[in-house]
Amino acid sequence: MLNQTPLNALHRELGAKMVDFGGWDMPVNYGSQIEEHHTVRSGCGLFDVSHMLPLDIRGANVRAFLRRLVANNVDKLQVSGKALYSCMLNEAGGVIDDLIIYFMDESWFRLVVNAGTAEKDLAWMEKMNADWGMGLTLTPRRDLAMIAIQGPDAAQALNEALPGVDSITANLKPFNAAAMGEMFIARTGYTGEDGFEVMVLAKSAPFFWKALMEAGGKPIGLGARDTLRLEAGMNLYGQDMDETTSPLESGLAWTVDLKTTERDFVGRAALEKSEVTKQLAGLVLLDKGVLRSHQKVLTKNGDGEITSGTFSPTMQLSIALARIPLGIAPGEEVEVEIRDKKLKAKVVKYPFVRNGEILIS
Amino acid sequence: MSIPADLKYTPSHEWVRVEADGTLTVGITHHAQDLLGDMVFIENPATGRTLAKGEECAVVESVKAASDVYAPVAGEVVAANGDVEASPESVNKDAYAAWMFKMKPANPGDVAELLDAAAYQKLVESEAH
Repeated sequence: MLNQTPLNALHRELGAKMVDFGGWDMPVNYGSQIEEHHTVRSGCGLFDVSHMLPLDIRGANVRAFLRRLVANNVDKLQVSGKALYSCMLNEAGGVIDDLIIYFMDESWFRLVVNAGTAEKDLAWMEKMNADWGMGLTLTPRRDLAMIAIQGPDAAQALNEALPGVDSITANLKPFNAAAMGEMFIARTGYTGEDGFEVMVLAKSAPFFWKALMEAGGKPIGLGARDTLRLEAGMNLYGQDMDETTSPLESGLAWTVDLKTTERDFVGRAALEKSEVTKQLAGLVLLDKGVLRSHQKVLTKNGDGEITSGTFSPTMQLSIALARIPLGIAPGEEVEVEIRDKKLKAKVVKYPFVRNGEILIS
Repeated sequence: MSIPADLKYTPSHEWVRVEADGTLTVGITHHAQDLLGDMVFIENPATGRTLAKGEECAVVESVKAASDVYAPVAGEVVAANGDVEASPESVNKDAYAAWMFKMKPANPGDVAELLDAAAYQKLVESEAH
């Protein structure tokens, strides 16, 4: 039996094609994935992301706990509502999960973790909580639904769907959140566009979704979510990094804070000892075809592998993230093995697309 | 969408039309394009290529996935449709109009082994469960 979000029946009513997504019955599209993609770049799209898990950590020492638990430094969070993206590492420096941490007050931080890793994450955090004698309370919030509202018209749609909310959204900067009772509004997303991720009580979710649709929001499936995030150059856990890969070889060095020498976090020692030999690079296919994960990349410094690849609806050609040897710079050409052929691709600096604009020349 | 009664089908979701001169026109079915979603890349076999029955001879790729197209019978490729390669989305619009390639069968009798519309309908229904 697959897990269902509080919006499951509504997706079916809307004619979604449903798929098993890591044990969750989720909409992959409601018709055309490419049209949905363009809607988010030019208008407003709605995503059901309730399969992801919000997790509240409460207690006296939450900040101290998170300073040790994750690779980024929660001391960057000093204003209530501020969000931080980080990896949670194992002792070997591999990535257990990537997550977002919201600082609400010194006794309450909210984390949002991936669906497929939620149980593993929770078990790991509970173990650390016990091992370090922190005495914190970790509460998984399966009573909440999460809807992402994304695109240049996202703020307008949200303001129209929730009269009065404009007093909050008008002052909400990117990567900040505000809580109103059980409603939680974050200006975050996974598309490279302006937008919000809003958590509401599960029972309110269908009504909220319908109000957003009346305000012009269009339902978007997980298919377009993947092409949007890849154009935006955002990593996907399980594809671009996992427990066997270092964040330093996954394009995530910017999220690992090694500067504060007195802060010891899980995985730090391993990362400091490790030799970085690979990088995550962007690829644009110059020949015809489609780049896909696990295809081999041939470079002058040795072989690499595509971690995420797709057809980019915005750029109308194929793009990818690939883990390749160091020393291959943007602008250089590499070859990708696709079936029985070796096709030419160009290494580029990503993101590929942000706020509707193609950034690759 | 109904399954055209005048065509033949394969279990791997190709459709085949027997033309008056005995050549076969091949495409992928509506059901196949529906499973794959928005098409973004199609590669046809080269004209003149000799195919064994069931040989991988073409590729269709949607945003979501790549899928091989198999030769319905043995024979030689006599034409490839450049229009579908230029506009892969035409397969989504009308899978039975957007033919991919034409072949001359090695043995005209082999066509009898393909599925008729009713048998293909059954196959699609069984896959839905």
